[in-house]
Amino acid sequence: MIEEPFAAGNSIIHRIDPRFRVAAATFYSFTVALCYEFQPLIAALAVSMVSVLLSGVGLKKVFKRLALVNVFILLFWIVLPLTYAGNTVYSLGPVHVYPAGIVFAAKITIKSNAILMVLISFIATMTFATLGHSLSRLRIPEKLVFLLMITYRYIFVIQQEYQKIIRSIKIRGFKPKTTLHSYKTFAYVIGMLLIRASERADRVYNAMRCRGFKGKYYSLTDFQADTKSWVFVTIVSGVTLGILLMEVLFNE
Amino acid sequence: MHISEGILSGPVLLSGAALAAAGTAVGLKQLDYDRIARTGILSAAFFVASLIHVPLGPTSVHLILNGIVGLLLGWCAFPAILVALLLQALFFQFGGLTTLGINTVVMALPAVVCYYLFSPFIKNNNRVTIIAAYACGFFCVFFSAVIMGGALIFTEENFMEISLLVIISNLPVMIIEGFITTFCILFLKKVQPALINR
Repeated sequence: MIEEPFAAGNSIIHRIDPRFRVAAATFYSFTVALCYEFQPLIAALAVSMVSVLLSGVGLKKVFKRLALVNVFILLFWIVLPLTYAGNTVYSLGPVHVYPAGIVFAAKITIKSNAILMVLISFIATMTFATLGHSLSRLRIPEKLVFLLMITYRYIFVIQQEYQKIIRSIKIRGFKPKTTLHSYKTFAYVIGMLLIRASERADRVYNAMRCRGFKGKYYSLTDFQADTKSWVFVTIVSGVTLGILLMEVLFNE
Repeated sequence: MHISEGILSGPVLLSGAALAAAGTAVGLKQLDYDRIARTGILSAAFFVASLIHVPLGPTSVHLILNGIVGLLLGWCAFPAILVALLLQALFFQFGGLTTLGINTVVMALPAVVCYYLFSPFIKNNNRVTIIAAYACGFFCVFFSAVIMGGALIFTEENFMEISLLVIISNLPVMIIEGFITTFCILFLKKVQPALINR
């Protein structure tokens, strides 16, 4: 159910210092999010595609992920052409179609996919543990990083607890339906999950205290900023500034 | 409940990020190191629970549960939800880096508001608890949908219809969340009252 399918690999991107990847992805994503013209957006889409190819992740899985996200975007393709007030109107009986809406929906689609592809190729290519370590090196508050790591650590444990509870209700003949009884059962499953999580939390905390927990989280990972990481971050920054320049030039 | 990447405008994304940062700062301040392990494990439980698909007629909906998050965690809902969204971005690519802030606000702000509005009534007798818990579950999702709709309208006036659609289509989720929150809170009150009466 929960997995990190892109984290394993040995491509060029996998070998770049994670801190640089996080910083580059953040800068690039926010820049693309601010673009509104077709030319920079299409350039960004091309750059993102290249980065996915460079990261050597399974393209089939990438398409699957993107398809799921595009289902939400589909809503804009249906609603915007019918409601987006613009100049030209094609009327098909009582239904008015606004070309401006279609243009806007297309821009949203390109932008969304470009941003997500960079998320997949730069950040989903590291394990969550690595992400946590690099965030703590990037001066994200320690408490937040600690919370992140604990949550990640226990998601899989809690998921097993959840499957245990689900098995037991299935053995007792539970079939999910749209009834109050079903909702009550799900509520009790969630309640039980929370109680088990809370009891586990007490045990974990006691164990931490026994081992001398002093209220500080230490990250021992050592990151090496080598030449290729600097080259990578320079190229990404250059490309990002290029996209920004295109947006400014074509924005009339 | 997510807003996808690439839809919202720069000012909306940035104000979302600023609000989320402020809320997270308050939450982290209240969260001392003795309680981080507890909050993290509860946050993991909410993450797993939010993957549950509950049947609704021929389809199914997944739960948001920010009402219960608010009642159990208070201001710590901000860091907990931020962490959960980051995990979702990495595991499933639902939402990414630029929408992290606004999506945190969409889910965590209603959780904190509902915590202040309804948690005083949860400790009372059962009938009051039932009404308060239902309202908490219902309005938490309602406020989330309203913030999401607001973010869309501030981006582009022509998103009016989409925003209304978002709010209306979440109506069944609000009703279901109300029931789930009620039953869950009654269950916790009976089985482990210490979880609620912090």
